[in-house]
Amino acid sequence: MSYRRRASPLHAARAAVGCAYCLSLLVAALVLSAPVALGAVVLAVAGAGVGAGVGRDLRRATLFALPLGLAVMVINALVVRDGLTVIARLGDLPVFGQTDVTLEATVSGAVLGLRAIALVMCGALYTAAVDPDQVLRLFRRVSFHSALTATLATRMVPVLARDARRLAEAQRCRPGPPPSRARLVRAATAGVLDRALDVAAALEVRGYGSARRAPRGTGVKRPWSRHDLAFTASAVGVAVLAIGGRLAGLEPFTSDPALHAPVGAGGLALAAGLLVCALLPFADRRGIEA
Amino acid sequence: MSALALDHVTYTYPGAAGPALADVTLEVAPGELVVLAGSSGSGKSTLLRAANGLVPHFHGGVFAGRVTVAGMDTREHGPGELAAAVGTLFQDPETQVVMGTVRAELALPLENRGEGASAVARGVEEVALALGIAHLLDRPTDELSGGELQRVALGAALVGRPALILLDEPTSQLDPVAGDELIALLRRLGEDFDTAIVLAEHRLERCLPFADRAIAMRAGRVVCDASPADFLAWACAEARELATPGARLLWGLGATPAAGVKAARSALRSRGPLATVQAPPARDVRRPAREAIRFDRVWHELDRGPAVLRGVSLSVGAGERVALMGRNGAGKSTLLRHAAGLIRPTRGKIVRAGRVALLLQNPTDYLVHDRVEQEASAGALATVGLGDPALRERHPRDLSGGEKQRLALAIVLDDPEHEAVVVCLDEPTRGMDRRRKDELAALLCELDAAVIVATHDPEFAAAFAQRVILLADGAPIADGSPAEVLAGGTYFATETARILGGAGGALRPEDGIALLKATSEVGA
Repeated sequence: MSYRRRASPLHAARAAVGCAYCLSLLVAALVLSAPVALGAVVLAVAGAGVGAGVGRDLRRATLFALPLGLAVMVINALVVRDGLTVIARLGDLPVFGQTDVTLEATVSGAVLGLRAIALVMCGALYTAAVDPDQVLRLFRRVSFHSALTATLATRMVPVLARDARRLAEAQRCRPGPPPSRARLVRAATAGVLDRALDVAAALEVRGYGSARRAPRGTGVKRPWSRHDLAFTASAVGVAVLAIGGRLAGLEPFTSDPALHAPVGAGGLALAAGLLVCALLPFADRRGIEA
Repeated sequence: MSALALDHVTYTYPGAAGPALADVTLEVAPGELVVLAGSSGSGKSTLLRAANGLVPHFHGGVFAGRVTVAGMDTREHGPGELAAAVGTLFQDPETQVVMGTVRAELALPLENRGEGASAVARGVEEVALALGIAHLLDRPTDELSGGELQRVALGAALVGRPALILLDEPTSQLDPVAGDELIALLRRLGEDFDTAIVLAEHRLERCLPFADRAIAMRAGRVVCDASPADFLAWACAEARELATPGARLLWGLGATPAAGVKAARSALRSRGPLATVQAPPARDVRRPAREAIRFDRVWHELDRGPAVLRGVSLSVGAGERVALMGRNGAGKSTLLRHAAGLIRPTRGKIVRAGRVALLLQNPTDYLVHDRVEQEASAGALATVGLGDPALRERHPRDLSGGEKQRLALAIVLDDPEHEAVVVCLDEPTRGMDRRRKDELAALLCELDAAVIVATHDPEFAAAFAQRVILLADGAPIADGSPAEVLAGGTYFATETARILGGAGGALRPEDGIALLKATSEVGA
């Protein structure tokens, strides 16, 4: 998965706005805990992905994150002792000891898992819809080297994925039983280190080691477009709704000692508000060529 | 002031037993195009890395002497500062391109220097126009072909108008057309910008005609520094592996070697025999009766893209040696993957008489163990010439490029129960010097299995193949004996064939010498 320029309102917005938009969804996923509100965030990110034309990328990232979310839920259910409603007595398990699985621990684990999925989806949306080269320019005034490192890390993902495919293909060409996974991981790690060294050398000879900031006033001023304004408003709206909703107690959720997650009008309104606020900018496709 | 000056430079890599550069002294003038020649491990790449400051600043080690680039001493200025005066292009473009789009890639060196936005935009536009890549500016870099990536990397090296450009085997990944274009482009840019160019290459026949000077290295020392013609005369006498096919042809006829097809033809014309040689009639290739593999109207169509293979129908006989040639993107690698069953045709079928072994482009991808002997059986190692007990104890990643190639070949051949009936190799000669290519050609000729090699190297194809198939746009456009396919063209032809204008179907210098001697005897 990597950034591709596409005909979408999110791709048309400047990188700073794209970053802010993805960040606001990330903040919402972090501060909200009620299943309905968190579900609304997941739906909002998925809808944004579809609206930005990166639905396939997001689907792949979600499929990757699903086992992670399930693992978080199962581990939480097994290790957290909170909650009064026992739903399974597993007896004395190795490592875990005496294990009683409670409804509260299972639900709180599911919420954590859902949050993990939402965070991965936010990251996938950022990777697929925000131009990393523009991000580099954006942050170079603050910390050029950190920005370049972050951008490179994003770019290395498809490069390393291609390396992994090549390695897997070469192993398919080996007759006899395939080498163990541990051996493959070691070989892959050695390859990654070699590549990192090559990239570092390439950066050195491009002047990365002595990079300087451009003098002030030499940058190009880019006027704000309607998409920039719409996504900025959306980012602010999502962040205000999420933080405000949390502070106002619109999404009450507790899992200890007993499960308490009432779905009230306030919670539903918050979820609907988040969805509308996040997806509204995609309705304006003026100036976007199909 | 010279663009580059090395004064008694000796350098040893950390932990190395001996120096990679030993008392090297040389000077390169502004606007000069210098070709660095030498076998693998002779010190060419290290010399380039000393010129851009990576040696010693990036690699460490023990450094003595002085390197001056456009007046800057590399002991006092690191690669970052030298980047303003030196542009570098390494062998593998994939590891050099670091940004997401071509425009951002070209802008990065200027932005690193702190140039303002308008200066960056102007610099990017100018270099893109000069290199003919303006249409690629907004393309993502990970969608570009190898040739396009190499041009973009060259653009990034040139964008700051450096005084010196260093290139380490820049054509090794390119097809003959793109390679020739790149070298001609370098010559023109050097003349336009007065940029000195130092170019390390194994395919000397490609770049010597454009060079002002050639420097030969051996064991870290400069052993010849002369004009291309004098260098070739020295190479014919002292280092045959560095002599181009054209030079060997002329030397074998007792003439003075000359760089380039045109100069070689002039030298031959002055002797007279060239015009009297007639091309022989085309002969049918005798095919083995037994088929090893057959492609029957094979198509490979991408999900949302063009067809990579378009109804390929061909068969390869048992024990036959076939060279598969064509431009980058012609479908050679895809055809080999189909042969080995790594991918399935979207239409058509492939019939195999047995197991197909495939050696992909990067042999390191096959190496996963800690010792050579763990990778393949003793028998397989002996088959590829790696039977030496000391070698079998070594770590596979510590082997030389040629040894890795042979080890990977041993790995894919190593199945005594299902011996391969076809062995496919994808670009096995990338970055190889002539001696190693000759060794590989000899090894392939000894195999009992049918051999299919995808290659850009006509000299290598002429050395091992009994049959050459030329692919274009996913389909074979020529299929015949090497003499038929490689003697008639310009790009997919050996230097000997180009010098002789395809006469007599002679592809290699020794064929040309025999042909011309026979012709002159008949004429006498």
